[in-house]
Amino acid sequence: MNRTFTFLPPLLGGAALIALIAWFLPSWNFVLAIGLAKGLPVLGLVLLMRGGLVSFGQGLYYALGGYTVGLASQYFGLKDAAALLVISAIGSALVAFVVGLLLSRYRDIFFAMLTLALSMLLYGILVKSTELGGTDGFNVHGITLFGIPLTGADRMNGLLLLIAVCVLGAINLGLFGATAFGRLLAGVRDNEIRVEYLGASADRAVLIAYVLAAVMAALGGAMSGIIVGHIDPEMAFWATSGEFVVIAILAGTGGVLAPFVAAVVLEVVRSFAYQYAPNTWQLVLGLIILALILFLPQGLSGLVRRGPRAVNAGEKS
Amino acid sequence: MTAPIIAAKGLRKRFGAVVAANDVNVDIMPGTISGLIGTNGAGKTTFINMITGYLQPDEGSILLEGGEIVGLTPRDVTRRGVARSFQIPQLFNSLTAVENLTLAEAALRSRGFAGFAMLPDSALEKSARATLERFGLERFGDSLAGTMPEGIRKLLDIAVAMVARPRVLFLDEPTSGVSSEEKFPIMDRVIAATRADNMSMLFVEHDMEIVRRYSDRVLAFFEGRVLIDDKPDVVMNDTQVRTLIIGEEKAHG
Repeated sequence: MNRTFTFLPPLLGGAALIALIAWFLPSWNFVLAIGLAKGLPVLGLVLLMRGGLVSFGQGLYYALGGYTVGLASQYFGLKDAAALLVISAIGSALVAFVVGLLLSRYRDIFFAMLTLALSMLLYGILVKSTELGGTDGFNVHGITLFGIPLTGADRMNGLLLLIAVCVLGAINLGLFGATAFGRLLAGVRDNEIRVEYLGASADRAVLIAYVLAAVMAALGGAMSGIIVGHIDPEMAFWATSGEFVVIAILAGTGGVLAPFVAAVVLEVVRSFAYQYAPNTWQLVLGLIILALILFLPQGLSGLVRRGPRAVNAGEKS
Repeated sequence: MTAPIIAAKGLRKRFGAVVAANDVNVDIMPGTISGLIGTNGAGKTTFINMITGYLQPDEGSILLEGGEIVGLTPRDVTRRGVARSFQIPQLFNSLTAVENLTLAEAALRSRGFAGFAMLPDSALEKSARATLERFGLERFGDSLAGTMPEGIRKLLDIAVAMVARPRVLFLDEPTSGVSSEEKFPIMDRVIAATRADNMSMLFVEHDMEIVRRYSDRVLAFFEGRVLIDDKPDVVMNDTQVRTLIIGEEKAHG
């Protein structure tokens, strides 16, 4: 059996589980949807982190995805979710490719700061542009999928579409991890000199990962826009990007399922904390994150230790 | 007579007041193994660094099978068939030996759009384990590269370099920092692999016994120049080499 596909059963199982929970507890489907929508940018971030890179600006593409949906439906009357998702993905891939040509030459804190600066640039533009809704953003109405309503009373349909997008995104990145470029990322993190002396381009591997991460973030933003029915500049704000980083650290770099688990868990914890400790919920959230980092330094994916690697890591030979 | 696979002509390189290469001319013939000796600062590593694109010479040309490679990046030089190992092994320290070799294979296959093709784990691991066996490293397959003994790291560094299937291989002190009883087994493995793949190889070495035993010809560098370039016995018995480089008799008197 090929190890490349071992992520599939838990992924499909997880997708079915979320769908079942939402079916039996319809009041939770909004929280689940927010969590999954955030899981997509986190999935991309985790890919970058495999290459040793942290982007503090995935909000850039989250907002691009959201605003693509908002603007295309508002000004061009495009209401079909499939078309909107495809446009979001292609648009953000093009932007990420151009931006990535510059960014892929940087590493570490320089990469992180540049991604942050670029997302804040978009935030600034969105806030100042009244045509784009200014600080309030604007509402997104009546998006359908081939005529099937996705919002309001039919939010369950929207959640199912989101689950499908998440599964496809996870499969996509799972398979990318088995390609030559995907495998190179671990080398980029560890020793770039050796990568170059093996005749491979570290920058190109970073560029490809960056574009993939951007597409994931844009799909998340687009789905968030469709399901929440509202977009605003906060999507590009640094705090949004920072939240993605926190979730990515909670998830760890071990797999394609962990980002969604971490994002959904955090969202559920947040909504409980908000409900039962309305004045101190941020403190509760902070403590839980702190505990997770202390006791699960490799993130949630550290819970599932696999193969000889994990045994060997603790062995000093 | 066949054409050289590497022809370095008139290489010069200065670092401030230090002249690391002062009109270096070296031809490497296909399928030969060359030993490179010289005192510290004689320009041995600078020579390898210039050929593999890490340093650009101030003057001179380096032809790889007739094509100029001065000005190319390490990546492009490697793609044209020149690989190297390092005095301090350049491995992926947080990965296992198998993963190091797997990554090297992925790097080889990441050229152009082929990099988007999926590489099955099983095939990669099989070829990685075969490589380990070839170098006698099968016991270390699942050990982390960062925690291995130095001799094993040296061998793995060379094994990783050879995954790129080079035609010319440069080894910078393959046995330095390795205990004397480990040196010969390391060289035996490396030479066998080099010969089996019909590669040309040049290695920098301080141990004269190693140089004598494994080289087809020996180059002696001194103060950025090629002092002598001949058969091992001739070089080892050369008066200048004995006094300036091997530093015996009179010098230690």
